[in-house]
Amino acid sequence: MEFSDHIKTANVEDVVLRQPLHPPSRGTLCITGHHLLFSEREEGSSQQVLLLLRNIDAVEKRMSGSSGTITIKCKDLRVLQLDIPGMEQCLNISRSIETLSCLDNVSEMYPFFYRPTDLSLQDQWGLSTPEKHYTQMKELHERWRLSSVNKSYSVCPSYPPAVIVPNCIDDETLKKVAKFRQGGRFPVLCYYHRKNGMVIMRSSQPLTGANRKRCKEDELLLQAVIEDSDKGFIIDTRSSQQVHQARMTGGGFESKSFYNCWKRLHRQMERGKALQESLIKLVEACSDESHSVDRWLSKLENSKWLSHVQTALSTAGLLAECVERDGHSALVHGYEGTDCSLLICTLAQLIMDPFCRTLEGFLALLEREWVQAGHPFQQRCAHSAYSHARFQQESPVFLLLLDCVWQLWRQFPLALGFSEALLLRLANEVYASDYGTFLCNNDQERCALGVKDRTHCLFRALLRPAEIDYYSNPLYEPTELAIWPSVHPQSLQLWRGFFLRWTQLAHHLEEVQEEIRSMVIEWARVAQR
Amino acid sequence: MTEVSAATVLNVISEGSERQRPTRVPTAADEDKPSDCCFSASPPSWMLVMMEHIRTPKVENVRLLDRSSGQRKASVGTLYLSATHTIFIENNPETRKETWVLHSMVCSVERPPATPSGSQLILRCKDFRVFQVLIPQERACLDVHASLVRLSRPEKYSELYCLSFNPNVNKEEREESWNFIDLQADYKRMGVPNNLWVSTVANSEYRVCDTYPAELFVPKSATPAVIVGSSRFRSRGRFPALSYFHQDTLAAVCRCSQPLSGFSGRCQEDEMMLQAVMKSNPGSDFIYVVDTRPKLNAMANKAAGKGYENEDHYNNIKLHFIGIENIHVMRSSQQKIIDVGEMRAPTMTDFLWGLENSGWLKHIKAVLDAGVFIAKAVADEGVSVLVHCSDGWDRTAQACSVSSILLDPFYRTIQGFMVLIERDWVSFGHKFSHRYAHLDGDPREVSPVIDQFLECVWQLSEQFPCAFEFNERFLFAVHTHVYSCQYGTFLGNCEKERRDMRLRERSHSVWPQLWKDRSQFSNPLYKAELSQSQGILRPNTTPYCFKMWKGLYNHVEKSTPPRQSPADFLSAVRDESHRLEEELTNHQERIAALTGKPIMWEKMEAPRRGSSRLPHRHSGPDPPTSYSEAITSSELQNSHLCSSELANQRAQRADSAFSGLLGQQLRSPDVEDVSACSDLESGVADLSSRSSCGGDDSKDPELE
Repeated sequence: MEFSDHIKTANVEDVVLRQPLHPPSRGTLCITGHHLLFSEREEGSSQQVLLLLRNIDAVEKRMSGSSGTITIKCKDLRVLQLDIPGMEQCLNISRSIETLSCLDNVSEMYPFFYRPTDLSLQDQWGLSTPEKHYTQMKELHERWRLSSVNKSYSVCPSYPPAVIVPNCIDDETLKKVAKFRQGGRFPVLCYYHRKNGMVIMRSSQPLTGANRKRCKEDELLLQAVIEDSDKGFIIDTRSSQQVHQARMTGGGFESKSFYNCWKRLHRQMERGKALQESLIKLVEACSDESHSVDRWLSKLENSKWLSHVQTALSTAGLLAECVERDGHSALVHGYEGTDCSLLICTLAQLIMDPFCRTLEGFLALLEREWVQAGHPFQQRCAHSAYSHARFQQESPVFLLLLDCVWQLWRQFPLALGFSEALLLRLANEVYASDYGTFLCNNDQERCALGVKDRTHCLFRALLRPAEIDYYSNPLYEPTELAIWPSVHPQSLQLWRGFFLRWTQLAHHLEEVQEEIRSMVIEWARVAQR
Repeated sequence: MTEVSAATVLNVISEGSERQRPTRVPTAADEDKPSDCCFSASPPSWMLVMMEHIRTPKVENVRLLDRSSGQRKASVGTLYLSATHTIFIENNPETRKETWVLHSMVCSVERPPATPSGSQLILRCKDFRVFQVLIPQERACLDVHASLVRLSRPEKYSELYCLSFNPNVNKEEREESWNFIDLQADYKRMGVPNNLWVSTVANSEYRVCDTYPAELFVPKSATPAVIVGSSRFRSRGRFPALSYFHQDTLAAVCRCSQPLSGFSGRCQEDEMMLQAVMKSNPGSDFIYVVDTRPKLNAMANKAAGKGYENEDHYNNIKLHFIGIENIHVMRSSQQKIIDVGEMRAPTMTDFLWGLENSGWLKHIKAVLDAGVFIAKAVADEGVSVLVHCSDGWDRTAQACSVSSILLDPFYRTIQGFMVLIERDWVSFGHKFSHRYAHLDGDPREVSPVIDQFLECVWQLSEQFPCAFEFNERFLFAVHTHVYSCQYGTFLGNCEKERRDMRLRERSHSVWPQLWKDRSQFSNPLYKAELSQSQGILRPNTTPYCFKMWKGLYNHVEKSTPPRQSPADFLSAVRDESHRLEEELTNHQERIAALTGKPIMWEKMEAPRRGSSRLPHRHSGPDPPTSYSEAITSSELQNSHLCSSELANQRAQRADSAFSGLLGQQLRSPDVEDVSACSDLESGVADLSSRSSCGGDDSKDPELE
């Protein structure tokens, strides 16, 4: 199939573009296979707007007489308006955008065509691999091994080919455990706490079912995790009522009688549809500027987004508490173990591990815990808050993560090595990107499509010298200490930088960040003399 | 800053730095206490009078819990009552921590039912701090209660601390302190008097309006007869006078009180007065009359023979209502937001509902909207505005001062802000003593009018972080002094009252003191040349721009996040680099002196930013804020709904025995933990122990 089949009108002259924070401008609109390009045609100005079609979440058209207006709502929450002369042209354009913005075929997406001059496809893709990660973690080697049981993705389709498991558990055992866990996601190590040797494991739910099936190998594996220590904690991201219900559909939980050294803690975290609806309500509340303070507060409350932020941070805090303060290992799972489990494991690592708080460490953490660990990006981020499409698998879990990280960043402005700009950039890239990093749902799919050979890696691009300054925190002061976030409602704020990004307010706050950067540079210069 | 005022300021400072200022009057912060030389050898008569009210000057074995700072465990010590302060000294011989609470900062003293271990007192302060006191013997508790109730409610001005506060400052210096803020210099700065606005002697000796200042500016064409006539037609005689003159557009902000129009009354002089205001702005052929009240309230006033201007009687006016509620609505709204600040372990829903239900942010928005309307009219349309409410001393003061902040960058500096408060609030007769309960009086007169103004400024500073020379601490300091009666500045209800009390002879002005401390009030991000700081501020007043002012209403959270403040860090870095620069110059000079020739430094090893000299600003190993409990409590609340969930809840309880265990760990003093972790980073222990928070501790703090 050719993109040109979808483009009946490629160029329109005399289009008026209205976008936030800019006066309307007149120029030429051009549609290509992956982009919408607007070039201003006015004396003395050469403004261009290049928009990835993938970034477009919804298109609304309104015809009046011989011309029409297309409203484009983007996944980065920007809303653009195009006044297009000629009814047919307008209809053609809007039809092209609608089709091209949600192509299903991954290998037709822009990352496969994006070829910047300063990056080469021969470069290493990604920051690290499970193998490298294991090799670097010398402390691990005594008790933990790297298993290639999933080499051909046959044991667990959503895991990477290599995972870290206890030394004493062989591959045969792992295969049996995988059969006992949903989607084959058997418990694997995701974090080793250097200070006390405790670990965080993650998995999916055990398939105990209504008749309380058990799996000796699974019990053995978990026993091997805590070894001689007296207990470990299982943090289940579902309520205890939910886990009992899950048994009816074949899922379940680790019962006390078979896992007597493990203590279960339940923290109900919303995911899936509930989270998607929460985002939609919040964005809707933010885009209506006319209502009163009361109405705003009640809509903010009603969206529940901040409650989700609170729950995520406090569950992550609990996990870190178990490991850092209480000195026990922990296993985290919910249902599939591809959403909330990743969310709180990531946050707990940021709280505890100073290396994860550096720019490079944070990107590596995301690569490990989200890309390699098999968060289904393609399903979760197909649409965002404006889409009229019927939602299936969409859920802004990754966005919730970024929001929680932002809350950490706001509470500890000196402790994180990256800037808010990085979080905003990631929030964009996860929905529409020039890079292949967030394509597909797991490693297996990426391999099948040759993503690692045919696209560029976002994380590597962000670490290029030209970009790295912008994404570093000028105030960064490394600390070895854990950063315990406050989860008091008054300490959590709406992420203005993202949700109100296209308002004057966010613009001012951006200016301030720039100001801070230049001040610090200036003083560093003075100190150098 | 004009030359005149700059000179005045510099004069005061240079003198101030030469002498030993003995009079660091205590602020209400608990660490502060009066310096030793406050009182002469024999106590003043006032003190003897106040001491009569002290039935028990000293109680031992008292437990004190500073609830608002997130303290979880009460400390045991001795409580002393002095004529001015309640003082608590910890028994712990190592710390001997002292807590001082100024009587005039105490807002209420509650005595909840006694417990087996003793009788309780709850002290609520006007800066929203809360202290809980447990006294073993009921008798002593009753005595302390009775004394505090009396001491915190002075009946007459002569009982106030500031009038007997006798610092080692001579007469000239004291008088100088009162000249620190020169309003006439500020009018000159705006270009007044000129051929449009002139000074009037009409109100000298406060003959026309006793709540106005003696010196006022009025339109050039307004004759004394017109002024007097107009004042007779205005509530309390508060006739239209100049508040701010905008040199760029020649438009002005004027203020007055409501007209006594009733349903049909009119007054020729008043109509001429408004005409004169319009004529003093050559660029426009009408004026806005901004009535800051809700229209319904304004109409209701007609029945009492007051009301608002009838547009048929006045030529070329446009009436505009803003809808700021009256002092009674504001008083109860603030109480609600204080309650929100005191909520323990609320869920997000509780918190946002509480915030909405208080209505507080809605009122703050109304005040800011008033300021924005006026600033736009003056700066964008070039139209003069006459502002009033009922008496023209509450909402009018708010609206005028907010508009000045928006219009003129000078008022966003530390000095300019002092001038602004002195002009729109102090000189124009805002009733400080009534509104902030300086004396025992009518509780219905009390209302947080200036609190709202300060909060508007804070909300603006959140939107424009580089536009203000001062920081949040400066606003807190002003807030505290408005209530504390430590200085004479905010005493009384108008200029005349202050003159009659001879405050200038008997007390001191707060402004020089704040100016002296300005380094701690400065905002490192302030950049006068940045575009957002220049000219008119155009704030966004969409509801999502308003946040709860955590620093003021939630002391628990103030002591916690942001545990790391970028502003403080930047200040430290700035000071450090200034210091380095100075050191470099010093060394160069010394070497030059020694060798007889100037030396140019080769590039030297650059100390990394954040070297050991900089205080480490990381929050330390805080006791984790019991993540378990915040959630459990919300679940408990949700799950009482259906019985099937009860079992579920029980199951959770069993599981969360763990969290109890963790909780215990948290609440134990944590001394070992802190020191163990502080080894990781030297110098952190001290900071971390201070920043350890209790924001999420859902358990009631315990006195025992």
